[in-house]
Amino acid sequence: MAEHRLTFPATEEDIRKLRAGDLVTVDGHIIGIRDRTQIRIFDQGQEPPLDLSGAFLLHTAPNVRRLGPGKYEPLCIGTTTSARMVRFTEPLGERYGVRAICGKGGLPDEAIEPMRKHGMVYFAIVGGAAALETTQIEEIEEVAWEDLMPECLWKFRVKDFGPLWVGIDSHGGSLFHDVQEAAQKRLEELVANL
Amino acid sequence: MTVATDLQQVVEDTAAHLYVWALKDIPQDLRDAIAAAVERETSVPGRRVLETIVRNVEVAEERQNLVCQDTGIAVYACRVGEHFPLHPARIYDALKTGTERATVEHPLRSNAVHTITRENTGPNTGHRLPIVHWEFIPDWDGLDVKCVPKGSGSENMSFLKMCVPADGVKGIKQFVLESIVGAGGKPCPPGIVGVGIGGSADYAVYLAKDAITRPVGTRNSDPVVAELEAELYDLLNQTGIGPMGLGGDVTVLAVHIEHADTHMTLNPVAVNYQCWAARRASAHISAAGDVDLDREF
Ligand code: SF4
Repeated sequence: MAEHRLTFPATEEDIRKLRAGDLVTVDGHIIGIRDRTQIRIFDQGQEPPLDLSGAFLLHTAPNVRRLGPGKYEPLCIGTTTSARMVRFTEPLGERYGVRAICGKGGLPDEAIEPMRKHGMVYFAIVGGAAALETTQIEEIEEVAWEDLMPECLWKFRVKDFGPLWVGIDSHGGSLFHDVQEAAQKRLEELVANL
Repeated sequence: MTVATDLQQVVEDTAAHLYVWALKDIPQDLRDAIAAAVERETSVPGRRVLETIVRNVEVAEERQNLVCQDTGIAVYACRVGEHFPLHPARIYDALKTGTERATVEHPLRSNAVHTITRENTGPNTGHRLPIVHWEFIPDWDGLDVKCVPKGSGSENMSFLKMCVPADGVKGIKQFVLESIVGAGGKPCPPGIVGVGIGGSADYAVYLAKDAITRPVGTRNSDPVVAELEAELYDLLNQTGIGPMGLGGDVTVLAVHIEHADTHMTLNPVAVNYQCWAARRASAHISAAGDVDLDREF
């Protein structure tokens, strides 16, 4: 289990170095995205106004305070459950060159193949640790699609963002798959002994 | 009349205070349980997750920020004395207005929507929101109010099974185990597993929610039920799901069971999951309107 520090946007080479279970801290720029944002891109066919190539996407709907036109201050920014958004994994990698998706609770196994094919990773964050996460966001630099508030496209500048674990790597490895498989086996034993 | 109106204001102010307090400052019993979990956890990522949770709780306190971004659905548990001078209909009004005020004044994220149209219905209120659990106490003139903001990530991990009597208590244990393993990392483990057994289908689910409002690790007063709590706690922590589902020794902080007697052909079991951010704040209100804030129930 290695430890890494990465700056986003990142390259395919950076991503291929990561293995499921590794610990990662992130600097640079990350993009906040959620259910409605991705429904607009993929189901309603609207091109995202922010560049997603090499991007780190965070599953979030932040609590913010509006300071002026297009300008927001972060109040409490946390991370939502990722599994609901798994079907967007393939097109995010294929069409836009997204490199990382970050959320809580993991992505189901159907994300493994697109991540292997397109050189992407899933990062697991500590769910609910929003007070801490907020301190790692230096600034909200841009907001697009404000009509979807709070499910807009957000561009955050972050420092020491994490800790994050590589939940799914770009080589077919998934920590969530392994933990669930072991737990199912354990469950059978426990039930047999009840 | 004047007394009742003032008392209604007191209950409203208390509700507004409890909602925000619960979101920012988690109770000591929960902090102790998380601290004990850090000591017990042997997996490297599991331990790091728990340390991050501890750090997050400290940061929330230092910065007066919310512990978690999900302000949840407002759930209150009320114990109303027979002689408390404000009718529960008015208590409900006060809890609703208090919830709205807290949401607007702080401000807090509002999560309440119409179930079909998904349109926002109000500042964390709506038709039948907030949710209140009532208990009525004879020979008493006070009111206890407990606010439990319930996050959706853990609420989505709620399950009901109508076991049959032939499944016995083994069926109950198996269902709880399968539910928690199936939930994996989604409800932000390690948390409190609330289990409701007996009664009817609806009542078992209601009791499971009651169970998660108890302070961490308190035992059911019925020794048979308490024994099942201890056994399930051991079993669940052998599943290896671990903190945030990344694998480890600590999958749950506690198992709380509430039960009701049931029909001879029924054996219902319900599970309600409460995440590590098991937020809870309570107050005692006297008939004269004195408020005593208290986290220990
Ligand atoms: S499940 Fe609980 S800790 Fe996790 S995000 Fe929801 S409210 Fe917060």
